[in-house]
Amino acid sequence: MMSLLTDNTMLAALLALVGLGTLFGGLLGYAAEKFKVGSDPIVQQLDELLPQTQCGQCGFPGCRPYAQSIADGDAINKCPPGGQSTINAIANLLDISAPSLDEEHGEEEIRTIAYIREDECIGCTKCIQACPVDAILGAAKLMHTVIADECTGCDLCVEPCPVDCIDMLPIIENIHQWQWSAPEHSADLIATTASGMHEDAA
Amino acid sequence: MQEFAVILVSSILINNYVLVQFLGLCPFMGVSKKLESAIGMSAATTFVLTLTAMVSYIVNELILMPLGLMYLRTIAFILVIAAVVQFTKMFIEKTSPLLYRVLGVFLPLITTNCAVLGVALQNANKDLNFLQSSLYGFGAGAGFSLVLIFFSAMRERLAAADIPQPFEGAAIAMITAGLMSLAFMGFSGLV
Repeated sequence: MMSLLTDNTMLAALLALVGLGTLFGGLLGYAAEKFKVGSDPIVQQLDELLPQTQCGQCGFPGCRPYAQSIADGDAINKCPPGGQSTINAIANLLDISAPSLDEEHGEEEIRTIAYIREDECIGCTKCIQACPVDAILGAAKLMHTVIADECTGCDLCVEPCPVDCIDMLPIIENIHQWQWSAPEHSADLIATTASGMHEDAA
Repeated sequence: MQEFAVILVSSILINNYVLVQFLGLCPFMGVSKKLESAIGMSAATTFVLTLTAMVSYIVNELILMPLGLMYLRTIAFILVIAAVVQFTKMFIEKTSPLLYRVLGVFLPLITTNCAVLGVALQNANKDLNFLQSSLYGFGAGAGFSLVLIFFSAMRERLAAADIPQPFEGAAIAMITAGLMSLAFMGFSGLV
């Protein structure tokens, strides 16, 4: 057996590498099973696609629970802050067709952030408790204010305010957030048999 | 016993893989911005280097040498390294998800870290025994950790320092690395 291998170097080389590969493959397969990570990676990916407003408009306490629920088979069109673009991205990830936004959970609006009219604020801290992302700064009987970079525009602070001093203002586009708008008709760029083929070409 | 000390001193200081042999520069530059991630990367690389030195010694001695397949060393060692790195990745992902996220892409990139292949090939060329080669691998990892941690500590201070504008960022890091390398060259002839 040994002499056969040493005489026939090509066979030996082939067997050695195939053997090593199989051995390491087997070990890694075993390790993958043994070191399996508990949380479902698809939930992680879904959570990253959701807008992280933690607004609860979908009926779940936050974005991650909704991501978990989608992974368990819930409808993907319950997120008004994300709007159609989030629905499309999730549909793309899950390889299903994208439904339109479910009106029951709210409408897609332009992005806003909260603004506290500071001279009217009485310092009751009620909006601080309501804020899911801790974007409101202030202490009892002292004026509160919103950290604009942290605010997700979820509206949850408007309701509890006893003096109605919180306004939701549209985000003014400036050079730091401006982005190219997505190209229109991107679906037709590549001709497939299903769409984009000219009648006369077929 | 003295022999082991010589191997360690030689691989950590005199033949330091990063600053004297210039292997493994990618993570040296890439993961040295923060001390915390540098320490994590050092631990992962040391683990991979030691394990690779052991496994590649076994592969070399038990499979390649008896069959006369020395010319397959490089490809066989790359196979070993890829498997060890993948194993390390799974292990870290399981044990420390935070470190896993901090290291990010640099963890799989240990595969292409030439220091790892360098250790395996040099061990095979030097005809070391099992204990010596694993010690050599560990020493290489310890040397890598030493300079990576020093360097990241310096870069953290450099980030706050008043550096002339043309030298900011990567430029001053390169100059620092060069000066460190000069200093380490001073260890040659120590043993």
